[in-house]
Amino acid sequence: MLKVLKAGFYTTIQDRGRAGFASIGVPISGSMDWYSADLANGILNNSTEEAVLEITLGACQFQFLAATIICITGGDFSPTINSNPIQLQKSVFVEKGAMLSFRKVNYGVRCYLAIKGGIQSQKKLNSRSFYPNITNNFIIKKNDILSYMPFDYDVNDSKSIIKIEKNHFESAVIECYKGPEFDLLNQHQQNQILAQTFTISRENNRMGYKLNEEILNDLPQQLTSAVLPGTVQLTPSGKLIVLMRDCQVTGGYPRILQLTEVAINKLAQKTTDNSFRFSIISI
Amino acid sequence: MFSNLTYKRFGEKAILIEWEHRIDEAILNDILVFTKKITLNKKSALVDIIQGYNSLTICYKNEIVNFEKEVTFFKSMFTSTLKETKQAYFQWEIPVCYDLEFGVDLEEISIQKNISVDEIIKRHAAAVYKIYFIGFLPGFLYLGGLNESLFVDRKSNPRLNVAKGAIGIGGKQTGVYPNSSAGGWNIIGKTPINFFDIQQQNPCFAKPGDSIKFKSISLDEFYELENEIRENTYHLLKTTQNA
Repeated sequence: MLKVLKAGFYTTIQDRGRAGFASIGVPISGSMDWYSADLANGILNNSTEEAVLEITLGACQFQFLAATIICITGGDFSPTINSNPIQLQKSVFVEKGAMLSFRKVNYGVRCYLAIKGGIQSQKKLNSRSFYPNITNNFIIKKNDILSYMPFDYDVNDSKSIIKIEKNHFESAVIECYKGPEFDLLNQHQQNQILAQTFTISRENNRMGYKLNEEILNDLPQQLTSAVLPGTVQLTPSGKLIVLMRDCQVTGGYPRILQLTEVAINKLAQKTTDNSFRFSIISI
Repeated sequence: MFSNLTYKRFGEKAILIEWEHRIDEAILNDILVFTKKITLNKKSALVDIIQGYNSLTICYKNEIVNFEKEVTFFKSMFTSTLKETKQAYFQWEIPVCYDLEFGVDLEEISIQKNISVDEIIKRHAAAVYKIYFIGFLPGFLYLGGLNESLFVDRKSNPRLNVAKGAIGIGGKQTGVYPNSSAGGWNIIGKTPINFFDIQQQNPCFAKPGDSIKFKSISLDEFYELENEIRENTYHLLKTTQNA
């Protein structure tokens, strides 16, 4: 069992999400940065379906009430076990009673704590991913107790550290495809979207990131239609919203761009005031 | 059946199929039949199919390798005959209390439209609303069929907290908030019915193609029904309808 001593800014349980329930309006959810979450599970030889903790900018503290093996990937918030620094991208054996804390934020926005065998919270609609009115909790709170399978000795042979691509955290280029309504924009609007440097506003969360800059919006009203994680909407005010993993299943704004899967994962490691450019690739 | 469908790629793993840009029950019927055919023929390659007013978005498990081939496949599937037995569609009776206690925007609409509150309620409860699709929030039904005299612009300042079960009018649409949420629609009443209940095996009783008929109830009846629903003794009224 994992006891939450400090919940941090925004900590949730996530897995690959619950695709397949759009017909009743249920969002997909799942880890914001699949790349890092999959890596953490992979290093522990877990299935990629296993649930992990998604931790935003550290600031939380946990106690392991049983020995197990863990791996942390994604953002580097200087994790420590009993005050001793531990490495990211590495399988780490933790003893009963061990305390996991975080210190300085070095890079990234979200880190993933995977536990050998996965976190065993209740599944709702085939997924453990937190979402209001679907899972009992939608955020991790102080004194929560999370279940996992105990391992009294280190069963993971590999002690190697996997090298990660720094580009995943540092690149300021977000690759995307033209969205369904991109061709409704005139040449000037299209050029502006590709030339402009965009900045993430304070309004950013697991549902979507609103950007600060404005594009003239003179497009006709759209009938409500599907949106996906990674869809970039042009709102009536001219501001762009990049939809993320918890986005609703339908929307009524023009969908001008669609991020690649890789780009969604990259954007998940950016936050308020970070800037980037869009780069359109053809399929 | 419409013939002028367009097919667009929507990212790496989805195809967007669009009908003419309008809200039309004939398009809905087309979409329902096509969804059924796709589900029967292609289920294993897909993770989901997302319905809109005039669109279907086909979401694949993996990256689409040959878009043209998929489109050819869908085109022939669209014109093929559906052998499957007919799907049953229902009309659901939804009790709504239009008392001013819940219908906090009724008086404002009455002044704006110059229609009495009683007449607004009468017109709202008289119509049969078609469910086009479900989106926005889990269990939020997109309904067609609002009486034109009741079209009211969304509020310029959305409320931060609209109650679960609130009935609203937003532009040309009417609908029910399945859970409390922020919202900009004009609130005219409240239903004790759960439109999304994760404890049920099927969390949302309604589906696209079904219909909704609102029935005006008093405050006393509202609280009585609320109790029955809490105690699980209430059964929704439904009648079978022809699709």
